[in-house]
Amino acid sequence: MIRVMLALLAALMALPVAAQDSMPPAPYAYNQLEDPAKEAEAAALMATLRCLKCQSQSIADSDAPMAGDMRHQVRSRILAGESPAEIRSWLIARYGDYVSYEPTVSASTWPLFAAPVLVILIGAGVLLRRLGKRRSDAGDAA
Amino acid sequence: MSQNRLWLWLPLALFAFFAGLAGYMLTQEKDQFVESTMIGEPLPEFALEPAFGGLPGAARTDFVGGKPRLLNIWASWCLPCIAEAPQLEALKAQGVEIIGIAIRDRPEDVANFLGQYGNPYTRIGSDRISEVQLAIGSSGVPETFVIDAKGVIRYQHIGDIREDDVPVLLAELEKAQ
Repeated sequence: MIRVMLALLAALMALPVAAQDSMPPAPYAYNQLEDPAKEAEAAALMATLRCLKCQSQSIADSDAPMAGDMRHQVRSRILAGESPAEIRSWLIARYGDYVSYEPTVSASTWPLFAAPVLVILIGAGVLLRRLGKRRSDAGDAA
Repeated sequence: MSQNRLWLWLPLALFAFFAGLAGYMLTQEKDQFVESTMIGEPLPEFALEPAFGGLPGAARTDFVGGKPRLLNIWASWCLPCIAEAPQLEALKAQGVEIIGIAIRDRPEDVANFLGQYGNPYTRIGSDRISEVQLAIGSSGVPETFVIDAKGVIRYQHIGDIREDDVPVLLAELEKAQ
């Protein structure tokens, strides 16, 4: 029984593997840049870009072949002298805000940032009014 | 007093609203597709080597002039690409020029695939590191783009082309005239 279950499990796992290619990864998919400062810049940027195939991982965390190709793009562009901001906006121009794995303020995302501030302000307002009322109540009682 | 009472219900009402919203969203199908934001933009500059010996490679200049064309992102290792092969043949039979870009592929695998499932392409470029794929905002294989005769990206089809997508693509090609 267990053997059958294991065989079934193996069959399930083989499918995604079969859907992948067998090509060697792009040169800078798994190799770091020689200059540690540039590699640090690239690594910081890669942690903020979403893997398009896996969607809940950054390209720094993903082993999907496409994430490898995106890392190659990031590293080779950094090596060519592009700034992380330029590379990030190059990708956003192609995939929209979705490719950003770090929340950014834009025309469609600003309410996400504004809402908590608004709620805190409302809460503070309510609290102040209540405290003020209680104090004046206490004043009346005295 | 009654005014105050009503206010007391507000938090519960808010909670019920969000719980209802969450419940509703759970029943909605999640859209897994990441659409390209390059529609309406010119095709980026590129020139790819031939994907195998039988056909020339592909470059941006191959899309300029004449009629609108299809740019098909595919790979021999991609299973849905087998499913869409007959539909690409149907489009070719309608007189559509299809230029392929093979993602992370080997020449022998490309030749085998075409031998087995047919060759609807006039050119196939080899994109070994997905650079053209990334440059046009494509996030998977297969994907098909309508490129007008000025080399501008006009439409994106994500996933394999099914039988009922063929008329849609023909209409988009017509629109791109």
